[in-house]
Amino acid sequence: MIKFLLMVNKQGQTRLSRYYEQVELGKRASLEADVVRGCLARRKEECSFVEFKDYKLVYRQYAALFIVVGITENENELSIYELVHNFVEVLDKYFSRVSELDIMFNLDKVHIILDEMILNGHIVETNKTRILAPLLALDKMAES
Amino acid sequence: MSDVVEKTLTALPGLFESQTGAAKITNRLRQLIKSITELTSKHEEENLIKRELSAIKEQVSSPNTTMKQMREIMVRAMYCEMLGYDASFTYIHAIKLAQQGGVLEKRVGYLAVSLFLNEGHELLLLLVNTVLKDLQSTNLIEVCMALTVVAQVFPKDMIPAVLPLVEDKLSHPKEIIRRKAVLALYKFYLIAPNQVQHIHAKFCKALSDKDPGVMASSLHIYLQLIRESPDSYKDLTGSFVTILKQVLGGKLPVDFNYHSVPAPWLQIQLLRILSLLGKEDQSTSELMYEVLDESLRRAEMNHNITYAILYECVKAVYTIHPKAELLEKAARCIGNFVLSPKINLKYLGLKALTYVVQHDAKLALQHQMTIIECLDHSDFTIKRETLELLFRITNAQNVTVIVEKMLDFLCYVPIKTLTFAPDNSWFIQTMNDVFSIGGDLLQQDDPNNFLRLLAEGKPEEDDQLRLYAVESYLTVLKGHTSHLPQCFLQVMSWVLGEYAHLQESVDRREVIRLLTQLLDQRSVSSETRVWILSALTKIPEGQTDLILDLAESLSSSQDTVLRQQAQELRHLSQDSQLREWVLVENSCAVDSSLSFLDGFVSEALAAGAAPYKPPHQRQEELSLNLEPYSFSLPVSLSSCSITDRQSPTLLSVSSGLSGNSAELSTLILEGVKRVWGKDGYLPQKEATAPPVDEPSAAVQPASQQEAAERIEPRPEPSTQNQDKQQLASSLFVGLGVGSSVSLLGKSEAPPPRFRKKPRPHESSSSSGTSKRSSDSSSRSSRNTTDSFLYGSFPEEEPATSISTFDHTPKSTTANGLSQNKDTKEDRHANTSQILGGDMVIVRPSTIQDKHPPSVSSDLTALLPADLKDLPHSDVISLTSDPSLSLSSCRLFRDEALLLVIFISNCTETVIKDVAVQLTCEELKVCTGNVMDCLEARSTSVCHYALLMDDPHTNVSLTGTVSYQTQPGHTNTLPFSGTLSTADFIRPLVVTTEEYGKLWLSLSHDVKQNLKLLTDAGDPLRTTLNALKDALQLHVVDIIGSEGIVACRLLSGAPCLLHCRVNGAALAMWLRSPHPALPDFILYHCQRALAHH
Repeated sequence: MIKFLLMVNKQGQTRLSRYYEQVELGKRASLEADVVRGCLARRKEECSFVEFKDYKLVYRQYAALFIVVGITENENELSIYELVHNFVEVLDKYFSRVSELDIMFNLDKVHIILDEMILNGHIVETNKTRILAPLLALDKMAES
Repeated sequence: MSDVVEKTLTALPGLFESQTGAAKITNRLRQLIKSITELTSKHEEENLIKRELSAIKEQVSSPNTTMKQMREIMVRAMYCEMLGYDASFTYIHAIKLAQQGGVLEKRVGYLAVSLFLNEGHELLLLLVNTVLKDLQSTNLIEVCMALTVVAQVFPKDMIPAVLPLVEDKLSHPKEIIRRKAVLALYKFYLIAPNQVQHIHAKFCKALSDKDPGVMASSLHIYLQLIRESPDSYKDLTGSFVTILKQVLGGKLPVDFNYHSVPAPWLQIQLLRILSLLGKEDQSTSELMYEVLDESLRRAEMNHNITYAILYECVKAVYTIHPKAELLEKAARCIGNFVLSPKINLKYLGLKALTYVVQHDAKLALQHQMTIIECLDHSDFTIKRETLELLFRITNAQNVTVIVEKMLDFLCYVPIKTLTFAPDNSWFIQTMNDVFSIGGDLLQQDDPNNFLRLLAEGKPEEDDQLRLYAVESYLTVLKGHTSHLPQCFLQVMSWVLGEYAHLQESVDRREVIRLLTQLLDQRSVSSETRVWILSALTKIPEGQTDLILDLAESLSSSQDTVLRQQAQELRHLSQDSQLREWVLVENSCAVDSSLSFLDGFVSEALAAGAAPYKPPHQRQEELSLNLEPYSFSLPVSLSSCSITDRQSPTLLSVSSGLSGNSAELSTLILEGVKRVWGKDGYLPQKEATAPPVDEPSAAVQPASQQEAAERIEPRPEPSTQNQDKQQLASSLFVGLGVGSSVSLLGKSEAPPPRFRKKPRPHESSSSSGTSKRSSDSSSRSSRNTTDSFLYGSFPEEEPATSISTFDHTPKSTTANGLSQNKDTKEDRHANTSQILGGDMVIVRPSTIQDKHPPSVSSDLTALLPADLKDLPHSDVISLTSDPSLSLSSCRLFRDEALLLVIFISNCTETVIKDVAVQLTCEELKVCTGNVMDCLEARSTSVCHYALLMDDPHTNVSLTGTVSYQTQPGHTNTLPFSGTLSTADFIRPLVVTTEEYGKLWLSLSHDVKQNLKLLTDAGDPLRTTLNALKDALQLHVVDIIGSEGIVACRLLSGAPCLLHCRVNGAALAMWLRSPHPALPDFILYHCQRALAHH
C-alpha cells in the first residue's frame, strides 16, 4: 500500500504532498524533512529504495525535483518506481513538458490527476488517456 | 525522464510579468508562489504563511468574494497546509465551494475537502447533501467527482444514504462511472464491510465487465476479500487465470500499455490474487501453472516494469503449491536479478531471495558469493536487505558468523537471533560487543530483554551463564571504562549487584571498588549512577566501612536522587535487620498490574487528576519542531539554479573547492579503495580462478617436484578471495544437504591437465602467497577443502627467490596465464560456474617472436607486422641486469592498450626458460608468458592486452622475469611501471547531431574551469588541440567560442566534453554514463594543460 506521495525539490521544499494514511498536520513537515534528507543523502549509483522507519521509500529524481513515495513492506518497489514515471509522463502529456513551476502554479490540477491514479493508497488507473479524461473535460467546461 | 524541461527560477520574473493582465486575486496566488520559491529560512516561511493566512481569513469572510476567487483561496490554503500550517478556518468554505461552485470550482472544493478533512471529521456531515445531489446530477462530470470524493472521505454512518445511488451507478452506461462506483464500494467495504455484504454478486458482475478498467477496479475488492478468506473464492481462479492470459496475449486496447507492456500493474494485481488462491492448495495451483509459466516467459523485455512483474511472478511461484519446473525457472530469474549490474534489480533480487529462502534455504547457496559481495556493498539499502536475508537463514551452525556481520552493521541485532547462541561465553562476549558498539543506539528494550534472559533462567542451569557474565564484566570494568555507553554500564552494574555473590572467588571489596570508581567518572550519567548505587545496595553486608565512606561522600551531592539513595544505603548497611527485610534474598511475588494502587488511582481521578499517559505519549506532545527550513545543504547548492545537475561524486566536489584536483583525487582514490568494494573485486578476475584445480599439483610428492618437471604457472587465489570463500562456507553452512557444503564443494574439479614446466619459476611466483594462504587456511581449519589445498604447499622456498620477491611491490595476485589454452578455458568454465557468469573474458594475446640481434637499433621495428601500424608511445627501458634488459612500449588499440615488452639477451649465451609475469591490480588482463629459450644477443617480444573497466588516475604494473642462465639456477628480475588513464582513452568519432543526442542521455556530469592556453592565435583551438594531442580526444566541432569534444574509455563508456571560453578560462562541462570517468578525464586535461 502507498502511504504518501511527495514532490520535493533539492532544497527540501515540498511542492506537493498527498497522504493516504492519516498523518497529523503538525508532524508532516518534520516527516517530509526526514524523507528528503534520506533521499538526498543517496548517491546516484545507489538504489532508488530506502528503508525509512517501518516502511520503504521509493524515490525518483527529475531534474531538481524528487518524487518520493512511501510504501509498506509488501508493496513491489520497482512497480512503484515505474508508477512514478507513469505519473510524470501523464503530467508531461498534460502540461507538455512539465516543470517544477507548472506543478506549483497548477497544484490543484496535479492533485486531480493524482486522484485519478491513486486512491486510498491503491493504484487505480494507469491508462494515460483515462487518467486525463476527467480533467480535460473539466477544462473544456471551464472554457465554455 | 531527463528531458523534463526545466524552467529555472531565474526565468521566474518574466513569467510573473507576463501575467500582469490577470485579475488581482490571481496575483495573490502568484505572489504567494513566488514568495514561497524565494524563501530562505523557516522563520521567513512562518512570517509569510502567517500573513497569508490572515489575508485569506479576511477574504473568506468578505461577502463580495466570488466562487472563482474562492477557488484561488482554496489553493492558497492548500499551500499553507502543505507547509504544515493550520488553515482549519477554511474547511467550511471548501465544503461551501463544493456545494455552490461551478464544475471547476466544485472539483477544487471536493479536492480541498479530501485534502483537509480526514475520516470522522464532523464537517463531513455537511457534505452528504452535496454528494447526494451530485450523484443524481445529469452532468457526468459532477457524478464523477462525487463518486471520487465518496471513495476518498465519507462519513461511515452516512453510507446507507448514498449506497443505493452508488449501486445504481454499477450499471451506468459510461465505464468511468461504473469504475468509480466500484471503487466507492471498495471503500465502503474497507470501512464498513457489513454494509455492502448484500452486493457481492454485483462485484462479480464488475469482474466480468466488458470494460477492462471496471474489471481492474473490481480486483481491489477481490484481493481484499481473498486475503480475508481465500477458500470462498477458489471458484474464481479460472476467471483470474483467463483474465491474466488475455492481458498477456495483448487483448487489451493499446492505451493500457506502458512502454509496450500490457497493463503491467493489472498483471501484478492478478499475480497477487493468484498466489493467495494457490497457497497451500494443489488443485487450485495446478490451474495456474500454465499462465505463470507464460508470464515468466513473456518477461524477456529489458525494462524495469517487466522485472517488477517478474518479481511478483517469482513470488507467486514460490507461494503456491510447488512445481519443480516453474521453481527452476523462477530460481533462474532470481539469479538474473541478483547478478544484475542494475542496482535496483539487485535489490529486488535480494528481496525475492529473502522471500524465497523461507521456502527453500538452499537457493541462497547458489548465490552465496553475490550475497557476500552485497554484504559489503557501499549502498546501505543493499546491505540492509542482505542482512535481512542472512537473518532468515540463520541456524545453529552459522549464527556466529552472521551475528558478527550484523554487529559490523551496527545497531541492528535482533536479540532473537541470539537464542541460537552456541555457548555461554560466546553469547556474553557478543552481547558485550553489541552493548559497547551499538550502545545507546540500541532499542530501549534490548538491554531489558537481555537482563530478563539472565534473570529468568533456572538457578542451576543458568548460573553458569551468570557467572560468566560477572567474570566478563569485572574484566571489562578493570579496563578503560570511560568510552562505554551508559546502557552497558547499567547492564553491568545490575548484573554485578544481582549475581556478584555467585562467584566465590571474587573479592566483594573489589566489586565495590570497581563500582565506586564508576561513580567518580564524570562521563557517567545520573541515571547510570542510580543503577550503580542500587547495585551497591544489593551487595551483601560486611563491607560497611567502604559503603559508609561512599554514602558520606555522596551525601553532599547536588543530585537529590543520589543523596536520597546514599542515605538509604547508609541506613541499610548499618541496620542488618532492616536490610534483610527490604532486600529479600530470594525472589518475591510481584504485583505487576499494581492493583494495590487501584483505590488510590480512582480516588485521584475522581478528584480531577489527569489520566496516566505513557512516557512516549507525553514526549510526543511535548516535542517542539525545531527543524530549520533548509538543512544540511551548502549555500552554493541551494543558490544554483534548478537545472544544475550536480555531480554526486566526492571527487568533483573536492576539485571544485580546491581548483586543483590533482593531489586531491589521488588522495581520495587511495583512501576510498576498499578491500572489496563495489568493484574492488573485479580487477583480480583472473585471480579468482578457483583453487579447485590445485589438488592435482599438490598431490605430487615433494621429491618429484624437486625434479626437473614443469608445472604451469597457475592462478593464485588472492587472499581476499579466500576470505570470501571462507566466509561463504561459514555463512551458508547448514543450508545444504551436508553441513559442509561450501563454495568449493559445489564446483566440480576439472580434469588435471597440466603441462609440466620448470619448478623454479613456479616457486618464485607463489612464494609470497603460499605463506599467506597457509595462514588464512589455518584460520578456518574446519573447511577441509581449503586447508587441504593450501596446507599442502611446499613449505621450503629457495632463499634467493624470496629475497628477490621482497623488493617487488606488494603483489597479492601473482598470477599467470597458461599457454595451454585447454587448461585456461577449463578454468574459465569452472570460474564462471562459481561466480555465476560474472567473469571477464580474457583474450589471450601472447605472441612470441624471435629476432636477430639488434642491440641498439629501434626496438619498435621488432613489433609484429599486425601491430606495426598502431599508434605507439616511445620505447622506455624498464630494467636490466647483466644478462637481460627489458624495455616496454605502449600500443594504442581501439579496444585495449597493448603493452609490449622487449626482452633482450645481453650475453653471448643462450638464456633458458624465460618467463614473464605481469601483475596489475586495477586492470583486467594480465597474461603470463613463458618461452623456452632466448638466443644470445637476441630480443624477444611479448605483448599484453590490458583492459580498464573502471578508470583510475594511475595504475601501477609490477612484474617479474625469471630465467635460467645455467640449468637449475634461476634468476628473477623484477620490474614495474605506471600507466595513466590517458593511455586508455580513445577518440569517439561522432557527428555533432549524434553528440547532441548522446549528451542528453548521459547522467553524470562535472563542471570545472580550466586554464586557457593563450600563447597562440585562437585560444580555444589551441587548447583543444593540446588536449587532443595529449589525450587522444576527438574534437567534434568548434563553433565560435564553444567546442565539443568526445572520447571513450577504450571501447566502453563514452565521455562528452563541452568547452566554452569564459573570459580567461575554459569552462568545461563533462558528461558520461560512468560516474567517475568525467573526474578522471578532467584531471588528465588539467595535467595536460599545466604541462603544456
